[in-house]
Amino acid sequence: METQIKNFTLNFGPQHPSAHGVLRLVLEMDGETIERADPHVGLLHRGTEKLIEYKSYLQAVPYFDRLDYVAPQNQEHAFCLAVEKLLGIEAAQRGQYLRVLYAEIGRVLNHVFTVCAFAMDVGAMTPMLWGFEQREILMEFCERVCGARLHMNYFRPGGVSQDMPTGLADDIWKWSDEFPKCIDDLESLLTENRIFKQRAVDVGCIDAAQALDMGFSGPNLRAAGVPWDLRKAQPYDVYDRMDFDVPVGKHGDCYDRYLVRMYELRESLKIIRQCLNEMPPGPVKVDDRKVAPPPRSEMKHSMEALIHHFKLYTEGFHVPEGETYSVVEAPKGEFGVFLVADGSNRPYRCKIRPPGFAHLQAMDFLCRGHMLADVVAVLGSLDIVFGEIDR
Amino acid sequence: MDLALRDLGEYVQAALPQFVQWPGEKECDRLHRGELVLLAGREGIVRVLTFLRDDPNCQFKQLMDVCGVDRPGEPERFEVVYNLLSLSHNRRIRVKVTTDERSPVPTVTGVFSSAGWWERETWDLYGIYFRDHPDLRRILSDYGFEGHPLRKDFPLTGYVEVRWDDEQKRIIYEPVKLVQDFRNFDFLSPWEGMQALLPGDEKAKQGEKR
Repeated sequence: METQIKNFTLNFGPQHPSAHGVLRLVLEMDGETIERADPHVGLLHRGTEKLIEYKSYLQAVPYFDRLDYVAPQNQEHAFCLAVEKLLGIEAAQRGQYLRVLYAEIGRVLNHVFTVCAFAMDVGAMTPMLWGFEQREILMEFCERVCGARLHMNYFRPGGVSQDMPTGLADDIWKWSDEFPKCIDDLESLLTENRIFKQRAVDVGCIDAAQALDMGFSGPNLRAAGVPWDLRKAQPYDVYDRMDFDVPVGKHGDCYDRYLVRMYELRESLKIIRQCLNEMPPGPVKVDDRKVAPPPRSEMKHSMEALIHHFKLYTEGFHVPEGETYSVVEAPKGEFGVFLVADGSNRPYRCKIRPPGFAHLQAMDFLCRGHMLADVVAVLGSLDIVFGEIDR
Repeated sequence: MDLALRDLGEYVQAALPQFVQWPGEKECDRLHRGELVLLAGREGIVRVLTFLRDDPNCQFKQLMDVCGVDRPGEPERFEVVYNLLSLSHNRRIRVKVTTDERSPVPTVTGVFSSAGWWERETWDLYGIYFRDHPDLRRILSDYGFEGHPLRKDFPLTGYVEVRWDDEQKRIIYEPVKLVQDFRNFDFLSPWEGMQALLPGDEKAKQGEKR
């Protein structure tokens, strides 16, 4: 007798705890084996790009926090660099250092979260709890510098919104002394953990050529063996003065992606300490009243300052006609902003290039032939956040 | 660096003269703030991107982004923008194609796998059709969504809103009801950035001609 065997389709998410948000993954299965994975995204689509077209340049900055909400600073950074490029200005020195400092804090925030969430996806509970303790400390640093724990809205075209309060630099330094211990603890839990390795090694492999073809960037590309880091290759702000190494993986599997992130944590720490050491005194934003607001004290006696302040926060500044594609090395990869200005006070078009979009696209490629349980590992190791993918 | 980029642009243009042109007459258009921009013919886009990927002087192995831009005033209102990155030469290039609502653009999924979703997104948001795309479904908008939301003539508030209906126990779609009209301010002011003609200015020029 002949039996008809049919593939069956499994819906993974959108409310699955390891779907990292609102991913709906339609899996075509042959028993336990995945034949085809079809991610459905867009459940968190908020029309950010459309909204930005109706806001002034300054009002557009907070939208970038809400893209990748795990490391909001780095997105703001890309937008500010794009606007600065079109305006033809350069941020103040201290502002650049502060931006690099907070961009690296954002990277630590992101990598701690990703590594721990990945560990939880494959069954390790403890790292999540330990990691979030560190994230809490870092978010306090964010709160102290700008008033917001998560959605910072701290970076501005031309620098940052305000200087650090006294004592914050010392506290960050103190934390940077203690944090390596925490990384060691996490590594002692995971790196040589038998179960973790069984779940991660040789799962979701991608080689260098395929990773390039799929548009990979950031740690996922480096794990595939491509030594490419925008902070080194196309340095922005003061990254060219920073001394750090770029870790590169060999196999491009989930385990290498984890190792690269762990190594990057230590490198970020190096950059943070260099920033704190080298940060010059001085203004934190560009000295151009048409772009950056005047200090409060000046507004009390200067009519011109008052007018500038009023114009800046009602009309905003006008950006000359032009277009640019500006990128930063966000923790997840190349975060790009393609900004088209038409000379008015609002962007004509602001395309956001989230790194996760390209990574998630590769899900089908990475999961094919793997078991159902590996989907969770692959997804966790790719570092997916739906805020940025769905925009 | 800038000179090398311009040379590269001229090199590509010389290699594929029937498909590639500079985006303007002036020197400043060719290198826009240090970024190389090329215009490609719509039918030649696959050839151009294949050349850019494989030529040893180009080596643009990564397609980072495909997106649309809507310029309703132009004869062909849509621009499709391809952002490419060359790791070995550490360079970027931007290739543009123009199209309208009816003319399809050949897909480049055969050249770069990453183009698949970016083209789906461009189709979803702008309604630019990509010919021979293996899987051209909507990606970001809702299941069953109508219209292309990033077109300039699509209103910011959209046409429908959704809510959960407790009696019918399901989500229902209704036309958008706004408590307050959408407010769109005209920020053109004589303060800065205004190049518009004041009423009556055009007469002065007519007088000169006479």
